[in-house]
Amino acid sequence: MSDLMKVSSNPHIRSRVTTSNIMLAVVIALLPAAGFGVYNFGLDALILIFVTVATCVLTELIYEKAMRKKVTIGDFSAVVTGLLLALNLPSSAPWWIGVIGGIFAILVVKMLFGGLGQNFMNPALGARCFLLISYTSIMCNFECDAYTGATPLASLKAGESVDLLAMVVGKTGGTIGETSMIAIVIGACLLILLGIIDLKIPGSYIVTFVVFIVLFGGHGFDPAFITAHLAGGGLMLGAFFMATDYVTRPVTKKGQYLYGAILGLLTGIFRIFGPSAEGVSYAIILGNLLVPLIEKITMPKAFGKGGERA
Amino acid sequence: MKQNSISERLINGLIKENPTFVLMLGMCPTLAVTTSAINGLGMGLTTMVVLALSNMFISLLRKVIPDKVRIPAFIVIIASFVTVVELLLKAFIPFLYDALGLYIPLIVVNCIILGRAEAYASKNDVISSLFDGIGMGLGFTCALTIIGAIRELLGAGQIFGANVMPESYVPCSIFVLAPGAFFVLAVLTAIQNKVKLAGEKKGKDMSKIQSGCNSDCMNCKESGCSKRLFDESAKGAADDLKVIEITEENDLPDINTEKKEEEKND
Repeated sequence: MSDLMKVSSNPHIRSRVTTSNIMLAVVIALLPAAGFGVYNFGLDALILIFVTVATCVLTELIYEKAMRKKVTIGDFSAVVTGLLLALNLPSSAPWWIGVIGGIFAILVVKMLFGGLGQNFMNPALGARCFLLISYTSIMCNFECDAYTGATPLASLKAGESVDLLAMVVGKTGGTIGETSMIAIVIGACLLILLGIIDLKIPGSYIVTFVVFIVLFGGHGFDPAFITAHLAGGGLMLGAFFMATDYVTRPVTKKGQYLYGAILGLLTGIFRIFGPSAEGVSYAIILGNLLVPLIEKITMPKAFGKGGERA
Repeated sequence: MKQNSISERLINGLIKENPTFVLMLGMCPTLAVTTSAINGLGMGLTTMVVLALSNMFISLLRKVIPDKVRIPAFIVIIASFVTVVELLLKAFIPFLYDALGLYIPLIVVNCIILGRAEAYASKNDVISSLFDGIGMGLGFTCALTIIGAIRELLGAGQIFGANVMPESYVPCSIFVLAPGAFFVLAVLTAIQNKVKLAGEKKGKDMSKIQSGCNSDCMNCKESGCSKRLFDESAKGAADDLKVIEITEENDLPDINTEKKEEEKND
C-alpha cells in the first residue's frame, strides 16, 4: 500500500472488540480442552503444545522481520493457530512434527497469502492435513502410555462397541484436544456468551451431520450411536473452533447456514463411506475452498436491486 | 552476444527463457512425472530429443509448409518423432518407459515443442533452430531434474535412488505426491523471479535481452517476437496490424452509442 495514504479502514469509532481481544478469548476458550489433554496424555502433550505455539509465533515474527513488514504477533492469531494445531496432533508425535506443522501453517498457509485475513484456508487445519498426508503413520499413531488400541471412532467404524461415558468425558485415545466433549463445550459456551461465535455454523453443521448419520449410518435413529459419533473424533473441536474461524467462514448469514450444512454433509460422507474413520479436517478444508462460491450465491441484494425490471 | 548464435540459443533456453521457470510451458509433465530425479531427467532428455529433431525438421520444411496448414504439419512431424522415441525407449530403457507411462505419447501435445516450432523454428535457419531445440530441451531437463531431485530428497530421502539423508530422517511423503510438485515448482519459480529482479535492479534490463516471446508483453514490441515479425515478414503483417487497430478504434464508439441508444429505449 502506498505510504502517502495512511487512512485506516472504517469504522473509525473505537471499540473494545479488537482482533487481539477476540483471539485472546479464543485462546482462553481452548484452555479447558488443552488442559484436559495435558491431564489425559501427560507431559508429552504439554511439551508438544508449547513447541507448536512457539514455532507459530516465531515463524510469524521471523517472516515479518525478514520481509520488513509490520510485526503482528501481538494479535495472538499465531497463538490460536499453534494451539489449534497442537490440539489436533496425537500426543505420541515427536516434537519436530509440531515444528514442521507450525512453520507450514504460518508460512505457507497464512503469510504467503498475505497474513491474517487473507488466508483462504484455516492455517491449523491446512498444516494438519499437510502432516496427515506427509507423516501418516506418526499422525495416526494414537498409542501412548495411557491408552493403547484404536480410537473410539475407529472401533465404531469397525463395528465394535464403545464406552460412551468415557467418550463424553474424554478418557479415550485420540489427538490431544479432541477427546473431551465436555471441555470443548465449556470453551465453546464461553465464546458464545462473549458473542465471539454464534450457533449458525456449529448448529447447522451438527444438525446436518446427525441427519446424515440417521439416514446413512446404518443404525437408524440410535441415540447411543449418534452420541458416539458426535463425541468421537474432532467434530466438536472442528465445529466450534475451526469452522467458525472468522477469516475462512462465509460472511453472509445464509451462507453460514449453507457452509455448516456442507461441512456436516462432507463429514458424514467421509466418516461413513470413506476409508478412514475421521473426516472433519478434510471436510472443513474443502468447505473453506467453497466459501467464495457460497458467498457469491448468498450475497444479499441491495435495496432496490433485483426483482422485476420497471 | 550475437543473436541466434549457437551459444546464445543454448543460454537462452537454459536460463533466460527457461521453459519451466520463465515461460511456464509444459506444466503437465513438469508436475506429474518429477516424483524422482531419474524420472525428471528421463522425461527432460526424451523431450529434448523430440524438440531438437522436430525443430530441425520444421525449420528445414519451413518454406515448403503452407502457412494455413502449418499447425497440422508441425503436429505430424512432432508426432512422428515422439513415436520413434517411444518405441526406442520401450525397447532399450523399459524401466523409464514404465515410469513415464502415458506422459511419453503426451509429449506430442507438450506446448514447449509446438511453441518453439511456431515461435522460432518456422522462422529461422536450420542450425539455430536445432540449437534452440537443444537449449530449450536442456533448460527443461535441468528444471525437471532439479524439481525431481528436491522432491525425491524430501519425500524419500534419496537422490537418484541413493540414500543421502541420515537414517533418522523421516521422509515427508507429501513431496512425492501431487501437492509436493506444486510446492517445489512454486518455490523454485519464486527464487528464479527473485534472482531476475535482483538482476534488473543492478541496471540490466532483462526484458530487453530476451529474444523470443517472453511473458513480458509490455516490452514485447521493443524486444520480442513481434519485432522479428516486423523485420522478416516486413510490410504485410504490419499493414494487417494497422488495419485491425483502425477498425477497433472505429468500432468501439459505435458499440457504445448503440448501447446507450438501447438503454434509452428501455
